Amino acid sequence: MKPLLLRGGRVIDPSRDLDDTADLLIQDGQVKAVGRGLGLPNGGEAMDVTGLVVAPGLVDVHTHLREPGQEDRETIASGAAAAAAGGFTAVCAMPNTDPPIDNQSAVGFVVKQGAAAAGARVYPIGAVSLGQKGEHLAEFGELVGAGAVAVSDDGRPVASGHLMRTALEYARTFGIPVADHCEEPSLAAGGVMHEGLVATRLGLKGIPAAAEEIMVARDILLAGHTGGHVHLCHMSTRGSVELIRRAKDRHLPVTAEACPHHFALTHDACEGYNTNAKMNPPLREREDVEAIRAGLKDGTIDAIATDHAPHHYDAKEREFDDAPFGIVGLETALGLGLTVLVEGGVLPLAQLIARMSTVPARTFGLTGGSLAPGRPADVLVFDPSAAWTVDPRRFRSKSRNTPFAGWELKGRVVRTIVGGRTVFHSGSGEGGVVRP
Amino acid sequence: MSAPLGKDLVGLEHLSPDQIRLILDTAEPFKEVSERAIKKVPTLRGKTIVNLFFESSTRTRISFEFAEKRLSADTVNIGATGSSVQKGETLVDTARNLEAMRIDMVVMRHPSSGAARFLAERIASNVINAGDGTHEHPTQGLLDLLTIRDVKGAIAGTRVCICGDILHSRVARSNIWGLLKLGAEVAVCGPQSLLPRGIDELGVTVFRRIEEAIQWADVLNVLRLQLERMNAGFIPSLREYNRVFGVTVERLERAPREMLILHPGPMNRGVEIDSQVADGPHSVILRQVTNGVAVRMAVLYLLAGGRPELAEAAKGGGAE
Amino acid sequence: MSAAERSSLLDAPTIARALERMAREIVELAGGTDRLILIGIQRRGVELADRIGALIRRSHGADVPRGALDITLYRDDLNEIGPRPVIGETRLPRDLDGKIVVIVDDVLFTGRTVRAALDQLADFGRPARIALAVLIDRGGRELPVQADIVGQRVPARSGDRVDVLLQEVDGGDAVELVRSGAP
Repeated sequence: MKPLLLRGGRVIDPSRDLDDTADLLIQDGQVKAVGRGLGLPNGGEAMDVTGLVVAPGLVDVHTHLREPGQEDRETIASGAAAAAAGGFTAVCAMPNTDPPIDNQSAVGFVVKQGAAAAGARVYPIGAVSLGQKGEHLAEFGELVGAGAVAVSDDGRPVASGHLMRTALEYARTFGIPVADHCEEPSLAAGGVMHEGLVATRLGLKGIPAAAEEIMVARDILLAGHTGGHVHLCHMSTRGSVELIRRAKDRHLPVTAEACPHHFALTHDACEGYNTNAKMNPPLREREDVEAIRAGLKDGTIDAIATDHAPHHYDAKEREFDDAPFGIVGLETALGLGLTVLVEGGVLPLAQLIARMSTVPARTFGLTGGSLAPGRPADVLVFDPSAAWTVDPRRFRSKSRNTPFAGWELKGRVVRTIVGGRTVFHSGSGEGGVVRP
Repeated sequence: MSAPLGKDLVGLEHLSPDQIRLILDTAEPFKEVSERAIKKVPTLRGKTIVNLFFESSTRTRISFEFAEKRLSADTVNIGATGSSVQKGETLVDTARNLEAMRIDMVVMRHPSSGAARFLAERIASNVINAGDGTHEHPTQGLLDLLTIRDVKGAIAGTRVCICGDILHSRVARSNIWGLLKLGAEVAVCGPQSLLPRGIDELGVTVFRRIEEAIQWADVLNVLRLQLERMNAGFIPSLREYNRVFGVTVERLERAPREMLILHPGPMNRGVEIDSQVADGPHSVILRQVTNGVAVRMAVLYLLAGGRPELAEAAKGGGAE
Repeated sequence: MSAAERSSLLDAPTIARALERMAREIVELAGGTDRLILIGIQRRGVELADRIGALIRRSHGADVPRGALDITLYRDDLNEIGPRPVIGETRLPRDLDGKIVVIVDDVLFTGRTVRAALDQLADFGRPARIALAVLIDRGGRELPVQADIVGQRVPARSGDRVDVLLQEVDGGDAVELVRSGAP
């Protein structure tokens, strides 16, 4: 691997509070130096990144890569490539595959496929319970030993309070978070969108905000009781944000993430029965969106994660009731963060990068989130002012299910580097094939 | 002159008051056709209409069938019984097959909200919603409006209260849209567990007790309460529902003015409505049925053919 | 497109005289008023039938049963025209069998309206005879239809329009020819 010198960019490294014009030298797979007027070693490549931003690669702690079992929608390889195109140098893969990732061989499989994909790093998340059935604890030790970085039954909640408590206690042994999909099953059952005026007009069964908030409260109390680290997935309501804020005031071991669609869209996006606006937790009301944005600003919500959920065209081309929940997100996350949050005046750029890189990496103990010399060179170069229109046919992901088609976004990935190796470069191939 | 209706009738929510009035006015001459010895006009001769009913429904389907046959159209009934059959072929494939057979119009009833619009966006044929999930049942709303107008003379200013399981009722929603657009005062009455969120934001008054509704209303539209709601825990029992919310003779006797009673049918006698009320002098339930055929003839007449460029435009907007 | 040219063909007194003559000819055709029924085609045929009925009551002292026919649902061109026309009222005397039905309309042109009216009447009964009385016959037939009683013959070109205006509907009586400027 040749040394790579990124010259003259705006280097933003939240891990060291750095935001300055500087050169960044990558050598032997590491960040070698950051400073002005760096020299290019023999045989190295220099790239002029004036006007561009150089940041730690983005880290997504919540994606669904669908392999094994649902390879028609996504594979680890296509997911890793989509992640790289979106500026991510690391993603965590949720275990609700078919079969689920609830044993060490399955974890090993994901690790192997991730390495072979040679895109963003792929970190497996293991299941909390065997088969994700919510009954028996999976073997966390074996999962972690094989490479899992956290456990989750995402897709479903850990419905049993006893199981959640035990999981939090047991996870302490290995220092991993338990990531919970917060949904009280009996309140949410049969619901397909947020319970509110839009659902009433469309005649669709709603999922009330309380369904999420009840489990958020439960998980916070159990984290406090056990000392185990709970990570609250895809927060969507103002009530949840308020509960988390008070938990953090009391310094409880609680972290939280929110997805771009929950800071960019409301339940109005479901008008016309748009199945690309159907996800779980659902899009909520204006006041909830405001609260999520405020939570990202004051740190109540630690990280932005995508909950990238690929679905086949046929699956979404159905009546709203029957369509599956979820949208893809890896290739629109940065653009949405820059356009809605930074251009929108909610977060300064450095804080957006922190929420999408430094903080998630630290929360889950992953490589990434820092450009300090000596660290692995997981680097993102992007153009903060480039305007582009979202065209799902150009996605690297196998799936196209997004509500953002046609959106004009600002901010475009130029180059993604993992361990010093370029895994995405907008100059080559990006503008090439347009697949149907 | 007349405001066109477009290609489909999916619901009343997005129709203008003029369009709704057009349908009601057009229904009048069709009432006369049903009174003739020969109950047939050649207006839709040669048109093929498919009644696609994914939920069983005798009365609505028969009403549509009479309407179609009295307009001299050719009708085909496709019914799917049991959920496994209706899920066997996707709605998209069903739509494409119908279009390939050059069907002129589809009348569809489906258990999913939004299914009528889904079909309408994908085929060039006219689509008439005969009930989609809990979303809308526009022809029922229209015949209810026509019936109220027949007796009361006008919709504007009339106080209409819809009573029962509003949460799960497509009839309630269509009624609410139609009545509001024509200037009626609208209320709903039922147990809180059967009222949808945000209903008050639509401009509808909410009564929690039937006695209050009866004091206020000129017209009661009494909805059928389904046994499933009891089984799903929304209300404790049908008996309690009748005791607390039933439209009974005793309650009506305390009404301050002449009350008009509507019911979309089929009735659960003794649950939401007493037999004496249903069969009594204030009930216009049978007139609703007569008006149903006339309204459906009017809708079919107004939508059918006449503008080939409309069909082309609709097709161009659908999925590839 | 140049402006249309409107000229008057018949004035009110001429129309009144035509109607009086038509009323006499109708009674003569029906051999009296016993079996006579007047049916006007919506729209203005209905008003004309009413006037003829009033004339017959004055001259013969008999109240001839009258009806109205809206032929919209029987038109043969519903698929070509634009927005659906509003349908007027159809009301007919109960018993048509064995009667002498005289259809009354304002203008006879292609004959398609009359064909539709004949189809519609057939659904209501079987008169002994059906005759046609029109105020204006402007030629241009597309079907083998003839009027038995005509108020006035007016030759008109195919692009022209012949408008009958009546007091009850338009505020005044007149028959006007509208020549289109375009060829």
